Amino acid sequence: MRRRLQSNRRDFLRTCAASALLAPGTRGLSPFFSAQEKTKVVIARDPLLRGSGSSSDSARLLNMLDRSMQALFATDSPLEAWKRVARPGEVVGLKVNGLAGRGISTNVLLIQLVCQRLQDAGLPQKNIIIWDRLNDDLESAGFRIVTHPDRLRCFGNETLGYEEELSIYGSVGSCLSKTLTQVCDVVINLPVLKDHSIAGVTLALKNMFGAIHNPNKYHLNVGDPYVADVNMLPPIRQKVRLHICDATTAQYEGGPSFMPQWTWPCNSLLMSRDPVALDYTGWQILEQKRAEHGLKSLRELNRVPNYIATAADSNHRLGTNDPSQIEKSEV
Amino acid sequence: MLPMAKQTNLFNAESTCSPHDLQCEAHAADALPRDSVLDSLTNLSSAERDRRAFIKLATLPCLAACVGACATGWPTLARAAGSSPAEDSRFIVEAQFYEKLPFKKTRCKLCPRECVIDDRERGYCGVRENRGGTYYSLVHSRVCAAHIDPIEKKPLFHFCPGTLAFSVATAGCNVNCKFCQNWDISQSRPEQVRSNYLPPKDLANLAQQNRCPAIAYTYSEPVVFYEFMRDAADAAHALGIKSVVVSGGFIQQDPLKKLCPSVDAIKVDLKSFSEKYYKEVVNGELKPVLDAIVTMRKLGMWTELVYLVVPTLNDSDAEFRSLAQWVKSNLGPDVPLHFSRFYPQYLLKNLPPTPMQTLDRAKAIADAEGLHYVYLGNVPGHPAESTYCPKCGRNIIKREGLTVQEFHLKKGKCEFCQQPIAGVWS
Repeated sequence: MRRRLQSNRRDFLRTCAASALLAPGTRGLSPFFSAQEKTKVVIARDPLLRGSGSSSDSARLLNMLDRSMQALFATDSPLEAWKRVARPGEVVGLKVNGLAGRGISTNVLLIQLVCQRLQDAGLPQKNIIIWDRLNDDLESAGFRIVTHPDRLRCFGNETLGYEEELSIYGSVGSCLSKTLTQVCDVVINLPVLKDHSIAGVTLALKNMFGAIHNPNKYHLNVGDPYVADVNMLPPIRQKVRLHICDATTAQYEGGPSFMPQWTWPCNSLLMSRDPVALDYTGWQILEQKRAEHGLKSLRELNRVPNYIATAADSNHRLGTNDPSQIEKSEV
Repeated sequence: MLPMAKQTNLFNAESTCSPHDLQCEAHAADALPRDSVLDSLTNLSSAERDRRAFIKLATLPCLAACVGACATGWPTLARAAGSSPAEDSRFIVEAQFYEKLPFKKTRCKLCPRECVIDDRERGYCGVRENRGGTYYSLVHSRVCAAHIDPIEKKPLFHFCPGTLAFSVATAGCNVNCKFCQNWDISQSRPEQVRSNYLPPKDLANLAQQNRCPAIAYTYSEPVVFYEFMRDAADAAHALGIKSVVVSGGFIQQDPLKKLCPSVDAIKVDLKSFSEKYYKEVVNGELKPVLDAIVTMRKLGMWTELVYLVVPTLNDSDAEFRSLAQWVKSNLGPDVPLHFSRFYPQYLLKNLPPTPMQTLDRAKAIADAEGLHYVYLGNVPGHPAESTYCPKCGRNIIKREGLTVQEFHLKKGKCEFCQQPIAGVWS
């Protein structure tokens, strides 16, 4: 008995020491980060994405997607990259943003291509769910609601409802979507690059408001710290593995509603495994565009998205907003 | 002794009871009750009971006849949950207080928050939506909780004591108190809770059928279902039924002034006497609430105040004293002030229930400042549940929990010394 206790104590001390050694270099939640490694944000652009038309060319968009994945995962094969996102048997949720209808929601073609690549990588279609807050939002963005369990599914949170128990972190207490908690093993977050008249910008971090039952409660104080706190809720923190920001069309003012006068064909994708770095990068793009059009900065308008910095602080450690720690890779 | 009924749920249990109710202190002010109409029928359907038996059963749900009426009337109402978008149009009315802004935005003018809302978005309350530049309430006649409660449960102690209030709520709230005991409806959107279609006239009829002299708009926050409340109150008045409002008082002046002629009493949850607390714990503002209370009194509205005493957050002597002084100088000493006991709930489960000494201290301070009617709530059996004559000191309304045990007022005066007692007594 005595020996067993000593053994346990030794194991315990060894474990503690190992944890202490690991802690300074880790970012806490993500298995993708390691010490001293810069966080990568890939920006893929194609000026000819639309050709002479107004909609994206499928082959060119797929090429952008492949290039982004290869750059982000440092591999020559897009399929190899996708295999690192989802393992066989896992159910992947594609969290899109359909709030603003067809004008400035996640591009349906982009989602089709992501689904194609996931299937190419060996995932059966029944293991893929396109998901957002409401069926109405999805339909207005151009998606068709499908709930058949053997098919590629697409539905809003109301289909399965929300957990009855609260998930709590910091300032946030919310019931999470059962689509997230009970169905998805992995989430790929697919926001849109756009302005938000209350929260400053709505990109990767803010898009997860679509996973909670009470997003209307968390727009105070330009979303700070609420947006960061929502992303700390364990199912979100643990399941979101990749962020692909749709910037084929982007909007620099008047969001989140579609305001065509303030959109532009950005013809880009932003991709990262770090939502904070992606948000910081996307925010700078929007600020630059605002300046080009003679609009005031978000700081001048008192809607700086400080929640991005909060998400990076020592309490959250969701990623980095330090430009010197962000490796921007343009492909 | 006045017979007093326990609260009776007119929906099936699952529509309103949550795991949180099970944790609630049974006497918590306007917590959603657990009892269902089925329980009531089980208790009372075996035989018509004589008066003596009825008085013995004063703690059981009320008259068999009342419950019977509910039980037969209620299931005919359509279920809202899971209804199609076409059916949802029954609940949607244009909001009465908002302004249209450029680019299809709207600014809500109902509560002091003044949410500016984009097309297809909702305000902080979650029950008002901008659709193409027009602002709508989504909760007209969309009742998610309906119970028959003693009026004392609101609590209203100086308003028709010993009577019943047909109590209703919709989803939604314009604040987010960390201690909310009904968060599962107040912090939800209407489509996330099961609701019934109950238009104003039907609500008034149900109250009448159940011999409730008043309808209470309560449990969540009636300000956010303002249009429904006002229409229902007018329908109720047409049948001689009063309306009482249980609110946080976070409402703009104009809608408040237009509401007051339609209702008969307002109980305000004054959550604290500090802006810091309102900002950090309530997600609201104190000043507009104080302004609203003053306006209610100026308009002659019968008003009572509840102050939930939360350990370490709003329980200092200075705050109790400031509160009592403000009440006396701005509202007068006759406005009842209820200090209510906190129980761990929602986002404040890390705090203990309010110690009794704290509540006694709060009452002592308010008494010393000269308020005439200071009560303690959520402490069944405490002497401070009863009303004492401010002149002779006799116990003139003896209460036990939510039950009125003795009543010694005649024509609004103390039976012993003829001192007028402020309130609405009939």
